[in-house]
Amino acid sequence: MADFGLLSAILWFPLLGIAAIIITNRSRPDTIKVIALITALIDFILSILLLYRFDFTNANFQFVEKIPWLDVINSFYFLGVDGISVLFVPLSTLVTLLCILISWYSIEEKVKEFYLALLFTNIAMVGVFLSLDLLLFYVFWEALLIPMYLIIGIWGGPRRIYSTIKFFLYTFFGSIFMLAAIIYLFLQFGTFDYTLLIGKTFTPQVEKLLFLGFLLAFAVKVPMWPFHTWLPDAHTEAPTAGSVILAGILIKLGGYGMVRFLLPLFPQATLFFAKLILVLSVIAIIYAGLACLWQDDLKRLIAYSSVSHMGFVTLGIFSLNPIGINGAILQMINHGIVTGALFMCVGVIYDRTHSRAINYYGGLATTFPLYAALFMIFTLASIGLPGTNGFVGEFLILQGAFMKDKAMVIFAATGVIIGAAYMLWLYQRVFFEKPVSGVFNLPPLRWNELLSLIPMVLLIFLIGLYPNPFLDFMKTSVSKILANIP
Amino acid sequence: MEGVSFEVVRSFNLSVFLVPFLPLLASVITLIFGKRYLREKPYILPVSALLLSFLISLKLLVDVLSGKIYEFDLYQWMVVGSLKVGLGFLVDPLSVMMLCMVTSLSFLIHVYSIGYMKGDPGYYRFFSYISLFTFFMLILVLSNNLIQLYLGWEGVGLCSYLLIGFWYEKKSASDAAKKAFIINRIGDFGFALGIFAVFYYLGTLYYHEIFPRLPQIAQTYINIGSYEVHLPFLISFLLFCGAMGKSAQVPLHTWLPDAMEGPTPVSALIHAATMVTAGVFMVSRLHPLFELSPHAMAMVALVGLITCFMAATIAPTQFDIKRVVAYSTLSQLGYMFMACGVGAFAVGMFHLFTHAYFKALLFLGAGSIIHALHHASDPNDIRIMGGLKRFMPITFWTFLIASLSIAGIPGFAGFFSKDEILVYAYFSQYPWGKLVWFVGLLVAGMTAFYTFRIFFKAFFGEFKGVEALHGHYPHESPKVMTIPLIIISFGAIFSGWLGIPEALGGGAHFQRFLEQVLGHPKLLPVDHAVEYLLMVLSIVAGLMGIGIAYLVYVKKPALEVFFSYKFKVIYNFLYRKWYFDELYHRVFVVPTLWLARTVVNLVLDSFVIDHTVNGSAKTTAFSASLFRKLHSGIVNYYNWFILLGVVIYLIYIFIR
Repeated sequence: MADFGLLSAILWFPLLGIAAIIITNRSRPDTIKVIALITALIDFILSILLLYRFDFTNANFQFVEKIPWLDVINSFYFLGVDGISVLFVPLSTLVTLLCILISWYSIEEKVKEFYLALLFTNIAMVGVFLSLDLLLFYVFWEALLIPMYLIIGIWGGPRRIYSTIKFFLYTFFGSIFMLAAIIYLFLQFGTFDYTLLIGKTFTPQVEKLLFLGFLLAFAVKVPMWPFHTWLPDAHTEAPTAGSVILAGILIKLGGYGMVRFLLPLFPQATLFFAKLILVLSVIAIIYAGLACLWQDDLKRLIAYSSVSHMGFVTLGIFSLNPIGINGAILQMINHGIVTGALFMCVGVIYDRTHSRAINYYGGLATTFPLYAALFMIFTLASIGLPGTNGFVGEFLILQGAFMKDKAMVIFAATGVIIGAAYMLWLYQRVFFEKPVSGVFNLPPLRWNELLSLIPMVLLIFLIGLYPNPFLDFMKTSVSKILANIP
Repeated sequence: MEGVSFEVVRSFNLSVFLVPFLPLLASVITLIFGKRYLREKPYILPVSALLLSFLISLKLLVDVLSGKIYEFDLYQWMVVGSLKVGLGFLVDPLSVMMLCMVTSLSFLIHVYSIGYMKGDPGYYRFFSYISLFTFFMLILVLSNNLIQLYLGWEGVGLCSYLLIGFWYEKKSASDAAKKAFIINRIGDFGFALGIFAVFYYLGTLYYHEIFPRLPQIAQTYINIGSYEVHLPFLISFLLFCGAMGKSAQVPLHTWLPDAMEGPTPVSALIHAATMVTAGVFMVSRLHPLFELSPHAMAMVALVGLITCFMAATIAPTQFDIKRVVAYSTLSQLGYMFMACGVGAFAVGMFHLFTHAYFKALLFLGAGSIIHALHHASDPNDIRIMGGLKRFMPITFWTFLIASLSIAGIPGFAGFFSKDEILVYAYFSQYPWGKLVWFVGLLVAGMTAFYTFRIFFKAFFGEFKGVEALHGHYPHESPKVMTIPLIIISFGAIFSGWLGIPEALGGGAHFQRFLEQVLGHPKLLPVDHAVEYLLMVLSIVAGLMGIGIAYLVYVKKPALEVFFSYKFKVIYNFLYRKWYFDELYHRVFVVPTLWLARTVVNLVLDSFVIDHTVNGSAKTTAFSASLFRKLHSGIVNYYNWFILLGVVIYLIYIFIR
């Protein structure tokens, strides 16, 4: 393999930055920030290189690295990417990069620890997407919780302790069942190798139990209804960067896990449970959408809208046809961009006013016009206006789901109406009408804020108007997965 | 394509590309640089772009007249699985007619806005939005597939939202904008389901592939619950939901009168001439689908008919000049759907074409009056007008032309197109044709009445706004506004001459041109004597309407007050717009918000995790204070246990 080592390079490069930050004196926060920024930037460039070298006509794993890791239990340091995971790698590194930028002025305490945590997050996120050894996957999966726990728990809002415990216990609780399922697989087949486990057959009961074990872990992360209540709390209390990572990557792990593990490893159980998951998805879409209509907190509203949007993602995945699944994967990328951007936007005004209450604001379109324009673009992408990326994802998902189950789509599509209602109402309350006293003389957007938001705008229109290059990456791998499902 | 054979050109054509993309370019540049660099003259780029687009459209019209059709994809938009859809263009008689109409009016209204919007702090923003609207409208019209139609469809909806809420500091404006968007989304919900169904059953979203495949589903019935539903009817119904939203037909019409919160040029361009006619355009474009199902045709006719009548009953009771014109737009859109519903699609499009000019003229005339009265707190109120003939002669004459045209007075554009609808309805083979004719005739009289109501109230009698204007007197608008008025008056007269029916010695060229794509309506044998009689009846209806208006509003003004007291119940019912807004508020808005509040407040949202967290926290040694915090959630163990039971039961059923 000519590109041997590229994946390891992307995965471990941030360690260099971490080492550099550790030896830097904490009295020089600017140096620390610059080191973190450069590290993330180089890592991002490496992951773009990965996209460039990736051969999307090949459905197999590429850039594979396989080194014995824990010989005793036959576990390998086994990395590889295919069309399912390849887009998530640059998304993760991009999110880290933008989080570093957006936190530039807003994190002033424990700067050193903060950027260390962010770089650790980057390693864990990329690790999850690259691992093809189930044990390795589990290690990264759980490792990600630690820096996230710290980011919310140390730099979060007033109720951060409650939120972090809820977040940690809940996601940990889900993962335990996945670990049990992984151990069962190992005891049965003597391997953690993902590629070897594909095509293994089980008795129907065992397959269903294993499916549920994995599903529980993923359902909590997505989060699917009714496992979603940790998300609004975690988002509300998290600092901006924490929210962006949660929305951009962490909750994508659930959807990614479903496509990566549930469908290929347990095809029969997938078919069996598909209907149940479709129903839960539709409940999530409508329920969370309704919840958005009755929120008075900006971040909480966007958090609930995430639950609703992720309902679309699971709906698409369990449509079990190429249109639905490709749409779902694309929608995960889209949601990472759009909701990440919305959380950044909330961070921007929170830094200036220290209020997240919707009724604190009013008339921002008059006093903060550029910001209002950006927020409008993200709002439109969030409600799936054609021409933005949100439309492409939602359209493909609903079209795919229509081919699987028409009744579900009728209910799911009402989510599009509710979505327009709560986002436009939010926009009206915050930006329209006469400016209220608290929003005059806000400092203009800073360089770091513009640098974080502008790429999101570009991606929204790029994917919205020309999604084919993105879909090309995933198509062949999705077909391969679907070929296993009877 | 039916009838004459066209030469289809499938290669990229720069002219076609430029028509929509020039306004887009102008819009983007104006939005980004307008505030800083184009402070005084942000209209330069949009106006020139629209002029160019219009000239190119004329060139394309000549091409199509000489037997050419352009159809090509710009690029592949989405290709996944069996789905393949591009961003493409189709220039045929139907779309080239729309191109010429949209670009000509948009250009003139851009020019008019130079004067109308002068001095507004959002001057550059206005021109950027209205150009962007034109882009999306052209994309909608030019699309060669359903998804791109949807792109244009929602795009014009966005611009409509931005422009209705243009003066967003007014709560009523931002409410109206939001309402327009959400009601349109409700229609688009059906529209989207229709698109999914088209792809599912026909395997394509391109028009030229849909039409040949329609016979496959002509006799298909599908089960919904225990009903057998005719598939073409179902798809037509779903798509028509979109049309009801965009073209403001009952029951999704309530947003359009509120949309008058936007600047008047916006009302003229978007909410009268172009965007709201997109529904009629879509139904015409997909006419082979609708014609597969007589029920679908009946639905289109009936919805049009109800809207047409209802709006005509509300219009005479309103005092806001723009709202009156808005209700007349609803009513005229109803006529267009009535024409479609009797299979006379080309005639429906003919009325769409003439209506665009006379209705835009009516709106711009109203705008000119509002401009003159802008010192008043509510310049839209017809009760402060009167005697304006003296102050604004050009506005007077152009408004008169528009009013005569909409009233269906012979020689003016509206006469020819409305009369064609009535004739085609009367002779239609569809059994509801006679009903459509009768209601159409009735509403023709009502239309003349309420149009001349505002005409007489605004221009005749004494000027009543001296107090409201604090002693100012109204004045004629500047040339940059009156010249477009004069040009559009020509359209309001002569656009109808393109389709003078055979019975009056014309060639009905407009209809014949469009029938090449829209097909010929199924008619009973036409008796020319009856046709003349129908014409006379409709002229009489129009004249009677004008006569009554003259009597009530010029001769005996006391009659108006007398009637509103005498028939107070009916009057209030009409004045409150048949109570649709109140009904929707109680039936949809309040319950939805109640549901939302319930979802958030009830135990539902804290059940699973909070209790799990509580339980787990107990085993860990956290401090008592923290512990109390964790217990702050609502504790309702009954619900929790019920849910647990349900979950266990479900799992049992699945795993069994």
